[in-house]
Amino acid sequence: MNDAYDIRSSELHIEVHKFRAGAIVLATAFALVLQAFVPVYFPKAGILDLPLLITIYFGLSRRNPSTGLLLGMTIGILQDSLSGPTVPLGLYGIAKTVIGYLASSIGARLDTEHPAARFALTAAFFVVHQGVVALTQRLLLSQPGPWFTMHLATSALVNALVAVFLFMLLDRLRKVS
Amino acid sequence: MVALPNRHRSLFLLGGVVLLQVLLLAVQIKRDSQGRLIRVWTVGAVSPFERAGAHGISHIRDTWNHYFALQNTSRENEELKRENDGLKLQITQLQGKAAEADRLAALLKFRQTSMDVPMVSARVISGSADSVSQTVYLDRGERDGIRRNMGVITPDGVVGKVIDSYRDTSQVLLLTDKDSGVGAMLVDSRIQSPVGGTGEPLLIMKYIPNDDTVNSGERVVTSGMDRIFPRDLPVGTIAEIKPGNPFKQIRVRPAANLQRLEEVFVLLTMKPLQMKQNSAAPAPATPPAGGPSAAANSPASPEKP
Repeated sequence: MNDAYDIRSSELHIEVHKFRAGAIVLATAFALVLQAFVPVYFPKAGILDLPLLITIYFGLSRRNPSTGLLLGMTIGILQDSLSGPTVPLGLYGIAKTVIGYLASSIGARLDTEHPAARFALTAAFFVVHQGVVALTQRLLLSQPGPWFTMHLATSALVNALVAVFLFMLLDRLRKVS
Repeated sequence: MVALPNRHRSLFLLGGVVLLQVLLLAVQIKRDSQGRLIRVWTVGAVSPFERAGAHGISHIRDTWNHYFALQNTSRENEELKRENDGLKLQITQLQGKAAEADRLAALLKFRQTSMDVPMVSARVISGSADSVSQTVYLDRGERDGIRRNMGVITPDGVVGKVIDSYRDTSQVLLLTDKDSGVGAMLVDSRIQSPVGGTGEPLLIMKYIPNDDTVNSGERVVTSGMDRIFPRDLPVGTIAEIKPGNPFKQIRVRPAANLQRLEEVFVLLTMKPLQMKQNSAAPAPATPPAGGPSAAANSPASPEKP
């Protein structure tokens, strides 16, 4: 089996990556643990959404919308499970499902290997993710909140920046073709 | 089965997964006033169908009951009609019993006010077999002491007299019979004159000279001179007065309802009687000597020769 194969769509040449066995599971678990563990000691780290970054990365890399949305759903539900009682199961699940789908879909059409592209896409996905969360809270939880704040913009930029370096690390988990 | 393109398949999957999680959220979210959101949604989604179903079933049931399942309705209707008829009959019987109770109460009262007068109550069991004579049969006869020529009355007034007495029944000649008569007098003027039947509902008062003043509506009572009826029993009221030759033509409406007799009293004596009165009646005016009134007041006068 090849470590990577190409999607040839007209003139576009996009590579689909595969990862070492257990890489996705381990990376997901690691991100969830860190997300729950680090902010306890470094409250400022709470601005990061590592499960989201993992979702985006594997979505962009796998480039399969079905796989991407199912991974996003799994990560989101797990994040919900580790959250407090004020976060019902499904709140982040829905948002990360959407992000997993979008990331996979966009990853299948664009070259997302460049750091600038990754930065921009991650920032955009972060905003969309928070938008879906806000929408869900507004519609289902009757908790209307602001759609956009400076904190959201800052968080998006910080997460995008972290994503650039994190994705480089995660690239090492790919199978070498 | 139609195969979906990969892109559409993932879109469907996305929709399904998001919907699943929305449901998951709905199960967990609890609204203060309405309970869990899933319940609110479920009730909101199902209730219109339930409402429509209930309305539809009710409509179908009504249609069925009112237009198709009429066999039971018809039978029910017949049963209700029968029941209604039975109830009507029962009401009629009860009304009859109530009326009978009223009559008996009146008779009892009359009997109590006439304790000194020997009398026996009797029930009318039949009328005359022909349309000419005005007679009735009573359910009491000789065994009860009833004899010929005894007077028959009701609390309302004079009825007639016994013309035949059998072992257990007796026949009464009503006052309206053309052969009947009773010694009477006018209450106000105390003019005495026999009153007899004509075979019609109204009686006739005979032998009142044109010079005597008689007013319409004046009461006529028994004079007691016939030795059959006690004095001052109501006979009737003056209904019509016409001048005649040589006497007035005076018609009297009977006090007793002779058309509908049910219970009567038979006076068990042939001797002159005096009924107990609440107020003392004035002395009767003396009839002209040898006049027709005197003739009418003889013991034999109730029955015309």
